[in-house]
Amino acid sequence: MIDTLQQLGAWALQRLERLGRSHLFILRVVVGLPELLARPGLVVQQIFAIGVLSLPIILVAGLFVGMVLALQLYNTMVNFGAEQSLGPVVALSLVRELGPVVTALLFAGRAGSALAAEIGLMKATEQLSSMEMMAVDPLRRIIAPRLAGGILAMPLLAAMFSAIGISGGFVVATGLLGVDSNAYWSQMQANVDLFDDVINGVIKSVVFGMVVTWIAVFEGFDAIPTSEGVARATTRTVVNSSLAVLGLDFILTALMFGDNG
Amino acid sequence: MLDETPLVEIRGLRFGYAGRTIFDGVDIDIQRGKVTAIMGPSGTGKTTLLRLIGGQERPDAGTIRIDGANVPALSRRKLFELRKRMGMLFQSGALLTDLNVFENVAFPLREHTELPEIMIRDLVLIKLEAVGLRGARELMPSALSGGMARRVALARAIALDPMLMMYDEPFSGQDPISMGVLVKLIRELNDALGMTTIIVSHDVNETAGIADYLYLLSEGRVVEHGTPKRLQESGSEWTRQFLEGLPDGPVPFHYPAPDFARELLELPSP
Repeated sequence: MIDTLQQLGAWALQRLERLGRSHLFILRVVVGLPELLARPGLVVQQIFAIGVLSLPIILVAGLFVGMVLALQLYNTMVNFGAEQSLGPVVALSLVRELGPVVTALLFAGRAGSALAAEIGLMKATEQLSSMEMMAVDPLRRIIAPRLAGGILAMPLLAAMFSAIGISGGFVVATGLLGVDSNAYWSQMQANVDLFDDVINGVIKSVVFGMVVTWIAVFEGFDAIPTSEGVARATTRTVVNSSLAVLGLDFILTALMFGDNG
Repeated sequence: MLDETPLVEIRGLRFGYAGRTIFDGVDIDIQRGKVTAIMGPSGTGKTTLLRLIGGQERPDAGTIRIDGANVPALSRRKLFELRKRMGMLFQSGALLTDLNVFENVAFPLREHTELPEIMIRDLVLIKLEAVGLRGARELMPSALSGGMARRVALARAIALDPMLMMYDEPFSGQDPISMGVLVKLIRELNDALGMTTIIVSHDVNETAGIADYLYLLSEGRVVEHGTPKRLQESGSEWTRQFLEGLPDGPVPFHYPAPDFARELLELPSP
């Protein structure tokens, strides 16, 4: 019994210590962010690596999610004679919820894991150490541009996801299900609000981008410098950031849309 | 006037890691302009010593002075200033894998100077010429052999003309030709650029061949130090075992274990 308690205590302490370390880490990185204004090239490179290279998976997923959404919603809405409102329902689901969340989950799998593995391997091959010995702070040269790149890329990706999802929904709705194309767009225009819906979705995706990139760069930087350590860091990145996204999504949704009902 | 004080002065160095004592009162002087080798069996913390000198680890006790400045007591900013005057060659080379050879050597210049591109180009080519790899400047690190990677890393380490150059096991895993090239380079660079060199190694012949002074470390202490000639004539059994590579001696062949005959007769516990 005492042993179990002791183990539980040790586990909790270890977790707390790591959490503290990750906060100190991010604080030091954030302090270095303004320096990037003088070297925008470093951030652009990361937006390419994190954002542009994630585009194929985001676009394909967005297209199919939009198409499936239109099909599923149509089947229910047609029972209530509300099938002409398919446009706003697809758009709201994507812009408020599925766009930011699914993009963040895919982002964690595609870009987060790559970031953690890259940084972990840089640590294992002494690249970070050698940088320190060259009087270059890896937090500012390696981590800060990646964090900035992730935070900037994620809302752009989520916007693309939603846009292509809405287009996919349109193709299915008008081509397959016979919904009037004018109704699809005009109803959407009338019922989707820029601030309540679109901006709130963007805020969500910025928060998710921040959290996923933070977890990824910290896990990579904190990895045990062996192949096994890097593998673990990569797995932890995907698992922890997915859970963080889902948990945060509930909190953000409650804050943003909780009092509408 | 020639400065006779040591460039690096280590006094009473104590350092432990994960409950294990690595250094237990180590004193080392590194003389200016000389090649000093720190040798000892694997696991004696030679690499850790370089990390301590470079300020990447902090000692539990003792001082490490470089050109008068006590490294463990320096602020991060001052430590980074000092590191600009130090070069270190890592065992793996530690080249940045996303940059080609040219950009790797240019990296410290781009980070720390405002030099125009044309000057950076010239400086990089000078450094690459010094290590014989000017022709390889477009290659990526993945296309280099181990020996070439180490030479590129060497060119990068001397890019800012450091006063102190540190080598971590520069000869391990090298074929005889690469080894010969590195041995020659380390000595020539030290003399031509007026640097001070520390080599950490257990390759006795190569290291003793170019070092002006040797320190032998074992079990957290300096066992003996002196010129290579003096150490080769040393009466210490341990020193002889290490320098001549004898399989048994004061450092036993066997890892500590219970009596062999008794262990064979014992029934294995279930």
